[in-house]
Amino acid sequence: MLHEISKSFGATVALSRVSLSVVAGQVHALLGENGAGKSTLMHVAYGMLRPDAGTVTVSAAGGIATTTHGFPSPRAARAAGIGMVHQHFTSIPALTVCENIALTAGWTETGRAAERRAESVVGRLGLPLRVSDYVESLSVQLRQRLEIVKALAANARILLLDEPTAVLAPREVDELLTFVREFALGGGAVVLITHKLDEVFRVADRVTVMRRGEVTLRDVIAKQTPQSLSRAMIGADLPPPIRLEARTGDVLVRASGLRLQRRGVAANRAGIEGADFSVRAGEVVGVAAIEGNGQRELLRAIASVDDIAITTGSLDVAGPVGFIPEDRTTEGLIPQFTLAENLLLGTIARSTRWLAWPALRARTGELLRAHDVRASGPDAAAATLSGGNQQKFVFARALAGKPRVVVAEDPTRGLDLRATQVIHERLRDAARQGAAVIVHSSDLDEVLALADRVLVVARGQVRELPRDTPRDVVGDTMLALESVA
Amino acid sequence: MIDGTIAVAFAAAAVRVGTPLGIAAIGETVVERSGVINLGIEGAMLAGAFGAAAGAAEGGVVVGVAAGVVAGLIVAALFAAIAVGARVDQIIAGTAMTLGATGLTGLFAQRVWGTTGAGLSLPTLQTVRLPLLGSIPFVGPMLFRQSVLTYAGYLIIPIATWLLFHTRFGLELRACGEAPTAAASAGVRVARTRTIATLLGGACAGLAGVSLVLAQVGTFTERMTGGRGFIAIAIVALGGWHPRGVAAAALLFGGATALQYMFQAVGSRVPYQLFVALPYLLALAVLAVAVGRRRGPAALGQPH
Amino acid sequence: MSIAAPMRAGARDLAHVAGAFGLGVVLLSAFLAIAGFHVAPALSALWNGAFGSWDNFTSAALVRATPLVILGLAFTLGSKAGTLNIGMEGQFAAGAIGTTWAGLHLGGVPPVLAVAVALAGGLIAGAAWVALPVILRMKLGVSEVITTLLLNFVGVAAVSYAVTGPLQEPSRIYPQSALIAPAARLPHLAAGSRLHLGFIFAIIIAGLLSLLLKQTAWGFRIRSVGAGPRAALIIGRMPVATIAATALLWSGALAGFGGAVEVTGVSYALYQNLSPGYGFTAIAVALLGRLQPTFVLVAGVLFGALEAGAAAMQRDAGIPAVAVQVVEAVVIITVLLTARRRA
Repeated sequence: MLHEISKSFGATVALSRVSLSVVAGQVHALLGENGAGKSTLMHVAYGMLRPDAGTVTVSAAGGIATTTHGFPSPRAARAAGIGMVHQHFTSIPALTVCENIALTAGWTETGRAAERRAESVVGRLGLPLRVSDYVESLSVQLRQRLEIVKALAANARILLLDEPTAVLAPREVDELLTFVREFALGGGAVVLITHKLDEVFRVADRVTVMRRGEVTLRDVIAKQTPQSLSRAMIGADLPPPIRLEARTGDVLVRASGLRLQRRGVAANRAGIEGADFSVRAGEVVGVAAIEGNGQRELLRAIASVDDIAITTGSLDVAGPVGFIPEDRTTEGLIPQFTLAENLLLGTIARSTRWLAWPALRARTGELLRAHDVRASGPDAAAATLSGGNQQKFVFARALAGKPRVVVAEDPTRGLDLRATQVIHERLRDAARQGAAVIVHSSDLDEVLALADRVLVVARGQVRELPRDTPRDVVGDTMLALESVA
Repeated sequence: MIDGTIAVAFAAAAVRVGTPLGIAAIGETVVERSGVINLGIEGAMLAGAFGAAAGAAEGGVVVGVAAGVVAGLIVAALFAAIAVGARVDQIIAGTAMTLGATGLTGLFAQRVWGTTGAGLSLPTLQTVRLPLLGSIPFVGPMLFRQSVLTYAGYLIIPIATWLLFHTRFGLELRACGEAPTAAASAGVRVARTRTIATLLGGACAGLAGVSLVLAQVGTFTERMTGGRGFIAIAIVALGGWHPRGVAAAALLFGGATALQYMFQAVGSRVPYQLFVALPYLLALAVLAVAVGRRRGPAALGQPH
Repeated sequence: MSIAAPMRAGARDLAHVAGAFGLGVVLLSAFLAIAGFHVAPALSALWNGAFGSWDNFTSAALVRATPLVILGLAFTLGSKAGTLNIGMEGQFAAGAIGTTWAGLHLGGVPPVLAVAVALAGGLIAGAAWVALPVILRMKLGVSEVITTLLLNFVGVAAVSYAVTGPLQEPSRIYPQSALIAPAARLPHLAAGSRLHLGFIFAIIIAGLLSLLLKQTAWGFRIRSVGAGPRAALIIGRMPVATIAATALLWSGALAGFGGAVEVTGVSYALYQNLSPGYGFTAIAVALLGRLQPTFVLVAGVLFGALEAGAAAMQRDAGIPAVAVQVVEAVVIITVLLTARRRA
């Protein structure tokens, strides 16, 4: 289907003669680290990017469509029977479900005619979606379903799924994988991009692994093991994570009867409806939750940032708190500022009138060395650093304040495996040195791998689960499937 | 007391004065729905006014209308090239367009008409009384004894509504205004869509300038639009980014402007500058009270 | 950090500025030719009006540069905090009214005090004129772009009212105010020159603003709020809305100060059309100066020369002064386009 595709962005080679073929009736897993070129390859297949060289071929019942330079547009790709689910939601909140479907599927109908057509598509998939609802009123899970509806609405026979399970709880992942299997059984072809090896072994027939823009492995799944795939992804075995028994000390964070809410938001939106827990020095507490369940507000209340109001109960935090916000480039850093300026940002609240730039730049230089941040120096703009180095810098700044409590939101999102390992090590180090570490990740496996204890936040309720609770039980709790009294 | 004739004259003046505001604002509604804010419509309107005066002087009203629309289109095309094409800051690009159009029209106006202005020799558009409708008491003289351009303005309301909410192009256009990246991944050509929207808005602004010259003032003077384009942008927000609401808001502003004629007619002692300032003050009040945090297109002003 | 890099950047900036101006003048010439004007005498008048003699340069170009620099710095301050003050024309008018009103009541007051009070009148009036947009932005989230823009027209109407009403000169014939008290006027820098102390103020403000933005916590907060409001809130723990509002308020005050300097240094009275669009031209000045106070000073002098040349062009070659707005537009667009390419 994709033959010898090459694509460069400036001096960066994103894809170097990559080929991938998908057969009807099969699920094809596409693996690789961040930046390996998976999404770029899919964007080429879907007509969003034109390759520098190579061909995209789709054989259909009516004949074969070959394109020498890829499809000129997503519209053309859809016409050839390709549907795509993107890594990030692409539905437009201010439009209705129907309008979103019509937009992506390229329908020319509007108004009632489009609604009837959308209803029939949604009905065929048996989803509880009202087509006249605005997307902004949908839950995260329904939005995910809508992405698939959109991909299928133009009668796609080839589905490209780019990390579709990232925001889903285990039970929803099961449903999605079942759907993927059935779609293939019905004669469709699927490309599934994922980071989770267990998903690959559950649904895929074949696997292709990419690394730095090249294919490093191509095989049927039955002949592979998790170790062999992992090696192909990163080029070497990763050392297994070391887990030390936590030596815990004083209680540094204590919530009792806590209810809180973002200021200026209607009462029924995300917040915490009741939390009783404590975190001690020296332990890593993982917070597992699906987007929009109140965990963000809880973490930010502990770090006392971002206008969160406690309505009842108490939250005692023995600071100072080091906070790692979720979005590095808008909340963690000011990209066009230098690193010295970004360091100052963290201490500006205590700054007096005049700024001592020479001292600040010297301190920045020390931090860069101590935390192995690769940058040209204190005067480098933050934007010039790679994602991993940016995050290392954000950690360096947070830890430089000698915090007793460290709060991190999804600290490895978008980082490659190596950078992820470094960040995990930093979090564990902080705990070993006596900080109370609270970390949330959208990836449940990451939470389970890191945490000494797990707090689940679901619909504003916070529950602590005993150590070694099975993964699927944690998942069900995240979905609040068990009734929380 | 204000008697009936003055009230009718006031209402008719409100519609007449509101016409250029409404036409420009509905055009700008289409532009803003696509995610572009064009402060250059002040310049496009001025160019339209100049084109109308020059065209009408040369070849009569029809040529004037055409020249005005083309002039508006040219200004909008330049804006689209730098703000959509080269993705520079839209606010500043629009300000530059207005500056440039002010300079050029001032330069050429002096060359064509000297320092005295375009004079009274311009052929202008007469009011056309629509059969039947024009005879309805009050409403007839207010709405249906107007120039052709006002009737064109009436037509633009349903046309813009249909375009935005009942066509595939309108759906794509609104998607560009809400989430250009998502629209692009759905296969919408964002730059092309925004350019077309900007051109439509430019044509409307040009037509608004035409209406100002040929149906209202009857001459061209340097800087004659006097910020009407900027008021049109406030009207778009006031009208909730919907053609019908925008038309109603334009009528309100037409009324506020027309007040000064009425008060002069009844010999008020209130300083006339208050009435000059009234539309702007009204725009501010409305922005504060009615609009507040009301949301425009989510990606308004964001280059893509 | 080597010292060579910024110097190279400075040279490149200068080249860009020269290029933008050159392109603007070339296009203006083309339009003049199309319109049927004689290009050579027009350009000659433009040049002589600005640089023809030392007196032309100081008494015309630098006098006109003074309000442009002050307003350009006002725009710069607002922009650094992420606000767009498009309403400087109105704030300038308000400042002129405030200063004139104060200046008319300062007979018998010692000179230094009189000047200080008159200037303060303009500063306060400018701040008052931007107060409504500031409040609307903070309390209701209404963008300051449209509100400040609208208030320009109200400001112009207010001047028109003032000079035909409460501040009209005693004979009630001309639409202008009486002359302000001599004690409230700014001294000239040299006998026979029209260049006044206000130009020195402009230089001092540029230096101060540069220092404040780079070397103080106050300036750093403003820059952070403009460059990364979310990071300023979350990591810097700053009251973002308040800081932006403060910057916008000071921007308005500074624009009002510009009006104050124009009245106390040049006109000594309030007139209609006191500003030939300084409030808009200053946006071009600030952009051309890349929002850096010292560069803004240079850009303001260049534009002051352009304005002086435009006046001479109108006087000597019969070309409407408004035509130089073409050059300004070309400069803005060229600077925007080259800045984008480098980003």
